[in-house]
Amino acid sequence: MSARATTAHSVVEIKAAGKWFAGILVAAYALVAVIPLAWILMTGFKSPPDSISYPPKVVFEPSLEGYVNVFTNRSRQTPEYLESLGPPKAWYDKISRKRNMVITGPSRFAGRYMNSVVIGFGSTFLAVFLGTLAAYGFSRFKVPLKDDLLFFILSTRMMPPIAVAIPIFLMYRTLGLSDTILGMILLYTAVNVSLAVWLLKGFIDEIPREYEEAAVVDGYTRLQAFIKVILPQMRAGIAATAIFCLIFAWNEYAFALLLTSGNAQTAPPFIPIIIGEGGLDWPAVAAGTTLFLVPIVFFTVLLRNQLLRGITFGAVRK
Amino acid sequence: MAEIRIEQLHKAFGDFVAVRDSSFTVRDGEFFVMLGPSGCGKTTTLRMIAGLEMPSSGRIFLDGEDVTHKRGGERDIAFVFQLFALYPHMTVGKNISFPLRMAGVSRREVRERTQEVARMLQIGHLLKRSVAGLSSGDRQRVALGRAIVRRAKAFLLDEPLGALDAEFRDLMCEELRGLHDRVGATSVYVTHDQVEAMTMADRICVMDKGEVLQIGPPSEIYARPATRFVAGFIGSPAMNFLTGEGGAGASAIRVKGGAIPVPRLHEALGSGGVIVGVRPEHIRIAGEGAMKGRVFAVEYMGARQLITVDTDAGRLRVRAPNTMRVETGEAVGLNFDTESLMVFDPQSGRALASDHAGAAHG
Repeated sequence: MSARATTAHSVVEIKAAGKWFAGILVAAYALVAVIPLAWILMTGFKSPPDSISYPPKVVFEPSLEGYVNVFTNRSRQTPEYLESLGPPKAWYDKISRKRNMVITGPSRFAGRYMNSVVIGFGSTFLAVFLGTLAAYGFSRFKVPLKDDLLFFILSTRMMPPIAVAIPIFLMYRTLGLSDTILGMILLYTAVNVSLAVWLLKGFIDEIPREYEEAAVVDGYTRLQAFIKVILPQMRAGIAATAIFCLIFAWNEYAFALLLTSGNAQTAPPFIPIIIGEGGLDWPAVAAGTTLFLVPIVFFTVLLRNQLLRGITFGAVRK
Repeated sequence: MAEIRIEQLHKAFGDFVAVRDSSFTVRDGEFFVMLGPSGCGKTTTLRMIAGLEMPSSGRIFLDGEDVTHKRGGERDIAFVFQLFALYPHMTVGKNISFPLRMAGVSRREVRERTQEVARMLQIGHLLKRSVAGLSSGDRQRVALGRAIVRRAKAFLLDEPLGALDAEFRDLMCEELRGLHDRVGATSVYVTHDQVEAMTMADRICVMDKGEVLQIGPPSEIYARPATRFVAGFIGSPAMNFLTGEGGAGASAIRVKGGAIPVPRLHEALGSGGVIVGVRPEHIRIAGEGAMKGRVFAVEYMGARQLITVDTDAGRLRVRAPNTMRVETGEAVGLNFDTESLMVFDPQSGRALASDHAGAAHG
């Protein structure tokens, strides 16, 4: 998150003391929010003994062991056997040899990660696509029972989605959607689409109808006008909506845990159960978590300006 | 270039009638202004001509062709919106060429025509700029450019000067009229501002509550308003109205505290009185006169002054030359320019037929 210097247009300008207070408050919150993230980042670079040492180590010797472990399966061997293998070939071999291990193959992490990417981005695309079309319809056309329909759409978010986990589990089993990527995409889309419709309807409502009317008079069809005139002006709104949808789908844990296992499992239920010797392999868990955060951070930073505009849309109209 | 003919056009939104059985013809190449207070149906009529609204009944002809059920895009009409509707994500040039890029015009021609239009509107140097930073006048020109570039049969303008400040509006009025004379396309212009209407129009169509009240050149609308509403709406300061008594053949209307000589009336009204309409410039202040009054206020306006006089029949506003010296509270006599007076039926608001040369027809 970036703190942004703005010139106050308001008549009630904040006093210097108020600014300091606000600054301290923000800094305090940032500290609370950042410490766990920093700890995860650090743990990812610790060796397993360092990661569980007491008192916790803040200064430690960095190691890539966690990252090697999250991507590989290893097995413990006798020193004699290791001797017979000759010198380690790659840098990651060296790391595992130190613990008398040999790498036996890649772990399932990469596959789970790809599942997350496909399901997360797939459902986000679908939710935003459907949401845009529905929102346009609700915003521009006379839809019978419009208000009731909109309320119904919103009402699907009024209870936690997990409350209907059991019915969905049974339904998915019957339909053969359990543990499939398609099933997870549909599920996350269904959860996100209501949010998308409401958010995007707000954005479209802000765009004057005259824009389309001008295009229609100039010979464009309604669809062409939508594509050429409305969509480009919704960019900020679409970006903001897409991020909200992606964050939900990317981080969703409970459904993923319940509905997926061998095939379509996403990263969230997989990462916390990476087992090392004698329990959880904390550096590997932390490394997986760090890698898991990267796309969201990247995506959010990429769309930061759009997002800022999107969230404050309507508040700053000239 | 085309004639626009409206026949029995009717538009209702639920119970609300926006436009009631209106018929009129806009002549080829004419600058036709639709004037009326907000909510009078002028914009709705314009939107129906453009194809943005479907009429409840009635027909619209463009160049003799029935376009009532055609989509807006198929009518070959250009529309300038009140807030210009410039696309913020496009440059000035892209905005102007937007209608051409749909029409399948070759890229070279698009460029040439865009530049030609931009030159004509003196915004050639802005073509690469984003529309976001433009002044309202330049925005206006871009919007006009977008309308002109397609060489449509007719231009429809919906209060295009409404968003401009007063000083600039006068300039744009001139520019718009000049542009119309050069392009020569039929233009229908909607406004609630009588000054805009008066200065630009070939003919004005005055509307109120969804009905067309009068159509005619500005001078006729001003001098011979067909109804009391038109009389009161046009002219600033507004026309004075006095209630009085008088029947067919009468050449004076009795009002409280005097009698006003009027052109001889040709009609009688069943009962009740009539309303006399007098423009402020048609009253003269004199020592003696048809009516007596007392000066209530004097507003000096440069070449002219506006004198408000209280009479037994009501308060009258008089436009007088600035050489006249009257004091507040002074007793004065009032004389009327008989030839220029109008008499209205208080029930229907209609102007009564009288001896006027070329009297307004009821």
